Amino acid sequence: MVRQIAFYGKGGIGKSTTSQNTLAALVEMGQKILIVGCDPKADSTRLILGCKLQDTVLHLAAKAGSVEDLELEDVMKIGYKGIKCAESGGPEPGVGCAGRGVITAINFLEENGAYDDVDYVSYDVLGDVVCGGFAMPIRENKAQEIYIVMSGEMMALFAANNIAKGILKYAGSGGVRLGGLICNERQTDRELDLSESLAAKLNTQLIHFVPRDNGVQHAELRRQTVIQYAPDSKQAEEYRQLAQKIHANGGKGTIPTPITMEELEDMLLEFGIMKSDEQALAELEAKEKSLCSA
Amino acid sequence: MSLDYTNDTAAAEALIKDVLDAYPEKAAKRRAKHLAVAKPAEEEGATSCGVKSNIKSIPGVMTIRGCAYAGSKGVVWGPIKDMVHISHGPVGCGQYSWSQRRNYFNGTVGIDSFVTMQVTSDFQERDIVFGGDKNLDAMIDELDTMFPLNKGISIQSECPIGLIGDDIEAVAKKKHKETGKTIVPVRCEGFRGVSQSLGHHIANDAIRDWVFDKPNTEEFVAGPYDVNLIADYNIGGDAWPSRKLLEEMGLRVIGMWSGDATLSEMARAPKAKLNLIHCYRSMNYICRHMEEKYGIKWVEYNFFGPSQIATSLRKIAAQFDETIQKKAEEVIAKYQPLVDSVLAKYKARLEGKTVMLYVGGLRPRHVANAYEDLGMKIVGTGYEFGHNDDYQRTGHYVKEGTLIYDDVTGYELEKFIEQIRPDLVGSGIKEKYATQKMGVPFRQMHSWDYSGPYHGYDGFAIFARDMDMAINSPVWDKFKAPWKAA
Repeated sequence: MVRQIAFYGKGGIGKSTTSQNTLAALVEMGQKILIVGCDPKADSTRLILGCKLQDTVLHLAAKAGSVEDLELEDVMKIGYKGIKCAESGGPEPGVGCAGRGVITAINFLEENGAYDDVDYVSYDVLGDVVCGGFAMPIRENKAQEIYIVMSGEMMALFAANNIAKGILKYAGSGGVRLGGLICNERQTDRELDLSESLAAKLNTQLIHFVPRDNGVQHAELRRQTVIQYAPDSKQAEEYRQLAQKIHANGGKGTIPTPITMEELEDMLLEFGIMKSDEQALAELEAKEKSLCSA
Repeated sequence: MSLDYTNDTAAAEALIKDVLDAYPEKAAKRRAKHLAVAKPAEEEGATSCGVKSNIKSIPGVMTIRGCAYAGSKGVVWGPIKDMVHISHGPVGCGQYSWSQRRNYFNGTVGIDSFVTMQVTSDFQERDIVFGGDKNLDAMIDELDTMFPLNKGISIQSECPIGLIGDDIEAVAKKKHKETGKTIVPVRCEGFRGVSQSLGHHIANDAIRDWVFDKPNTEEFVAGPYDVNLIADYNIGGDAWPSRKLLEEMGLRVIGMWSGDATLSEMARAPKAKLNLIHCYRSMNYICRHMEEKYGIKWVEYNFFGPSQIATSLRKIAAQFDETIQKKAEEVIAKYQPLVDSVLAKYKARLEGKTVMLYVGGLRPRHVANAYEDLGMKIVGTGYEFGHNDDYQRTGHYVKEGTLIYDDVTGYELEKFIEQIRPDLVGSGIKEKYATQKMGVPFRQMHSWDYSGPYHGYDGFAIFARDMDMAINSPVWDKFKAPWKAA
């Protein structure tokens, strides 16, 4: 039975990097994997393929006339250790409907047997769940578990909570579950505590805390995962741990309990990340006084 | 003035109660606001017909309304004959609304006139995903090559255009620069508004923004009696006998919209002395704009039936000098023998017959007096997409006790017809066969049942003949099976 997972998270948080490194570790464990990039930028498979995939489903379909004119082989490429890769692609920024493109691409892949003979299908979805199209992997019994990539930054926490709302919406009908949070360290204040606290509030787990490591950058510049570029590094080991945890997490996803904006803000206050109005005013006053006296 | 009578208020009120009883409580409460009986008003010779209107239809009921695209492409822009009108989006909207309104026009189709053509950008999935602007750009070039005598192109937006955020205005500006022709983008996506009515408004705004006040090479010398004949769509040729009457009374019609209209007639409209508006609902917006911006007064008129025609001709003439007023009287006198002969032939056959109407935004009131001129009585009327000001105006036409129904549902209309059993129902194609199967004569009042014209004196003769044909057809004697007891 194929296991379908998806990576969501705020734009620029490192979804594609985290997912590709984790999947490279999973393939080492003997799993057969298909990556479906759901982002018009088509950069979800660059590290696995060693280059940016040009032949996206939608660009080829636009050239050929429609998706019906495509063959699966046209759009599926084989990357690191046999990982299959496909990208939905989509319009240039500011035109058309990328959401519809994701729906079209996923349907095409599924109908044409891209999901046969793999153990894992992994969706890498852009930014927030902005419309129905980008919720496609969550809907209709596609991904069973969603992994949210986040950090201790406020906007990343907001986005994680929003995505949890999207999952909750379809949890009843489609059986989608939240697999856990993956914290991609940004070295903010009390990042681990905050991540664990949010995970608890969302009724999920912090499945792994990925420490910041410049080696990831070095690998990325060479269009490689850390697993491939520096297989013996400490960072590669981190991704292997994450891969093992995800592999063991099958069927253990939960229905998230997203919190309100107020609760989220209270939580940040509690951790001293956001200042209350009184605190902010007091600081301002003190600053003014020091300026006056100077 | 026309007939003096009242309808049975108590019976109409009981009937409204009866139909509302069938609804669930919430729906009954909402629909109750759309149904009323005309009551005596303070103003003499008028009734009060206030009902709630121009709001969303209740989900689950059968409504006869259209959409904003229908209002713009189908009604306002479609009849402009020397422009090509693109149904921009997937193929269905254009294909299934193709030639639905019988906007007659002079010209050669495919050469200098394009009204009866179906031109669509035929969106495919890739146009949705990647946007349709490039296709639109290419399409305008192709159309210009294929139809070099076109004077302009309008882009009628279907729903997806608004959903995917295509920038059709940018394309229109670019193509105008390249071709020098008028390119009009119209944001009439079908999901906007509650009926076709918003589409009319959007289409009017597009005339204001993309046609008026543009550099124009036309040599036009304004005259003292220049008028625009506005919002006659020339259904079955209606605008032609109307124009004839205005010209006979000495006026110069410098623009006739949008039935049999050209783009230049629209562009020169702000130079007129007076705007004459027939379908108030669909084009009052542009008349108000011309009044505000160019100081052109506007007059509503009604060319259905001799009593309204005479009233309207005098009302229009009153805006001009005595020569025109004198000529107007001459026109009325000239046609009196025609009117007399029509009445002599048909009035005895139609006198006392009752009529129920359910049409769009103008005719539910405008045709009432034409029936009364023939001795017939209006017992019920209603609008698909009328607004409050339409129901106010209706009070000047219908008598006390008349049943008023707004955005009537299929169920309600059927019940009303069944209970009232009028001698004639005037409505659309969707109501026609259901009504005839009930044994009630019917005439289509959107398309004139493929007859017409009905406007003007010439039209009145045809109108009277058609109503007689429907009501006094020998087929109704055969309605009851001969073997069943009387």
